[in-house]
Amino acid sequence: MDDLTEASNHIHTLRAQIAATETQLGTLKLQLQQAEHPSLPPTTEPLSPPQTGIPAEWTNATLPALQENVQRDIAQRLRQERGLEDAPTIQAASQRRRWPLATHEYSRYGRQLIMPEIGLRGQLHLKNARVLIVGLGGLGCPAAAYLAGAGVGTLGLVDGDTVEESNLHRQLAHATARVGWNKAESAKAYLSSLNGNVRYDVYKCHLRPESAVEYFGDYDVVLDCTDHPTSRYLISDACVLAGKPLVSASALKTEGQLIVLNNPPAPPGDATGGPCYRCIFPKPPPAASVLSCGEGGILGPVVGVMGVLQALEAIKIITAAKPMATDDPVKPTMLMFSAYSNPQFRSVRMRARRAGCAICSSEATLTAQSLTSGSLDYVAFCGAQASVDIVAPEQRVSATTFSRLPMGDNGVLIDVRDETQFGICALRESVNVPWTGSAERWVQSARDVGVDFEDGRQMFTVCRFGNDSQLAARAITETLPSTINGASAKNVRVKHIEGGFEAWRKEVDPTWPDY
Amino acid sequence: MEKTANPITLQVEFTTDTKGQPSNVAFLTTWLCDHLMKDPRKEMFVLEGSVRPGVLVLINDADWELEGEEKYELQSGDEIVFVSTLHGG
Repeated sequence: MDDLTEASNHIHTLRAQIAATETQLGTLKLQLQQAEHPSLPPTTEPLSPPQTGIPAEWTNATLPALQENVQRDIAQRLRQERGLEDAPTIQAASQRRRWPLATHEYSRYGRQLIMPEIGLRGQLHLKNARVLIVGLGGLGCPAAAYLAGAGVGTLGLVDGDTVEESNLHRQLAHATARVGWNKAESAKAYLSSLNGNVRYDVYKCHLRPESAVEYFGDYDVVLDCTDHPTSRYLISDACVLAGKPLVSASALKTEGQLIVLNNPPAPPGDATGGPCYRCIFPKPPPAASVLSCGEGGILGPVVGVMGVLQALEAIKIITAAKPMATDDPVKPTMLMFSAYSNPQFRSVRMRARRAGCAICSSEATLTAQSLTSGSLDYVAFCGAQASVDIVAPEQRVSATTFSRLPMGDNGVLIDVRDETQFGICALRESVNVPWTGSAERWVQSARDVGVDFEDGRQMFTVCRFGNDSQLAARAITETLPSTINGASAKNVRVKHIEGGFEAWRKEVDPTWPDY
Repeated sequence: MEKTANPITLQVEFTTDTKGQPSNVAFLTTWLCDHLMKDPRKEMFVLEGSVRPGVLVLINDADWELEGEEKYELQSGDEIVFVSTLHGG
């Protein structure tokens, strides 16, 4: 009696397993069908009578199997369907072709494969996708790592810069041993060890207007991981002309911004397309307001977060169940991240395409010809930041000359860097009065910390690169006389140290921290 | 009013503008420039009479271009954010 019950249970369990396995197979087959023929509606109607509960396309394969000896057949069939090498027959060979991914790919991508957002269809889309990453710095490194990890078929890596030691705290695809390497090459070395199934196309150069549209034409999605408005306008323009969606991010200090542009990538003049960079920012910012990470600083995880989010948006675009419907209005948003604010994330609604946009509207004045001919000068458009050159020659002193001057009672050195930089390294007996942009306020701040401009001593100003020190020197000569009773400008003696502490390190003290 | 690069959050209370101008975003911008901005480099905020390129103005979490830009009439409780565009990477 017990034996009979046990046998009955065993049969029941096996039947349940068969049913479950076949349902799963049916779903996978359906996903494959949709992946191979995305335009076809999914097959939901069985072609033969539905009594079996088995998808129609599987009826021929599974019904005969069910009619055979269940206990013997199931194990064999499951082995074949796993594509085992020892599966013996021609039938087995055809079974192997049934699996669109290689055996190791199922295990490598399994954790994302089982998510409905990805599934087999999404994984195949990733495998067939070609993504171009422009810039392999703080954004590009994490973005490339996650896209390689996810199994994107081809990653294009564009960068003309070389790896520097100051990159390594945030650009984690590079390595101490690869300082001096081209960044695209270095990233490829890292990415290849992460996932050798991905094809990496390396472009060891800066993106150029003449070739950008052609490059972009070979890819499905472009990531802007660069660090300057010049390249941001160029990449956006080329994406519009090549018809590619653009995932754009930026970061500085403790903040980051992310926006997906030209998505969907409708042709210029088609208002159903997503806005481009020029729609959002028709005019470039003044060059003086553009701060690089080298000037303003950057916290590694901040730019890392933004790069990871770029990879996420790219994966969403690639694996989207259907192309964005053109009758749905575009609802672009910009994600803003601020590490020390509460809340840290803010999603902001942005405008659609701009009616008069220079590149993506029906009134566009820029064309592929403008780019390929090289007539469009992005550097001139964004303006180059002129170095400060405002003090008279007699108010300049080289670092070398300064190092030989007796100080103490004879002179006062005012260091105009901010407090944080002053705290890293400073010359003995220098006074820290950070430059804040206002001559009057700066002079007052100096007085507040005890600087006596009227005691006849020679004043020196110094900063990191020799720009702000000129502004401070001018503040002293121009602001001070009007505030001193009876004193003339001649009584105020001030010089700035040319080239700042960078020159100091190169000319005088090689151990001076190069931060 | 909030500026997220070095966040400064201010609660600003306006009554009707004395000169009969509407209390819109243009008015707010000028008012901030004249009364609160300590940095003399006004061109870092306002250029040619409007907020300079590279500064996004957000009205209640929307780009001001969706809300009528500087003509938008301030309502009680509105949150206006001025944020610099970032370019680093």
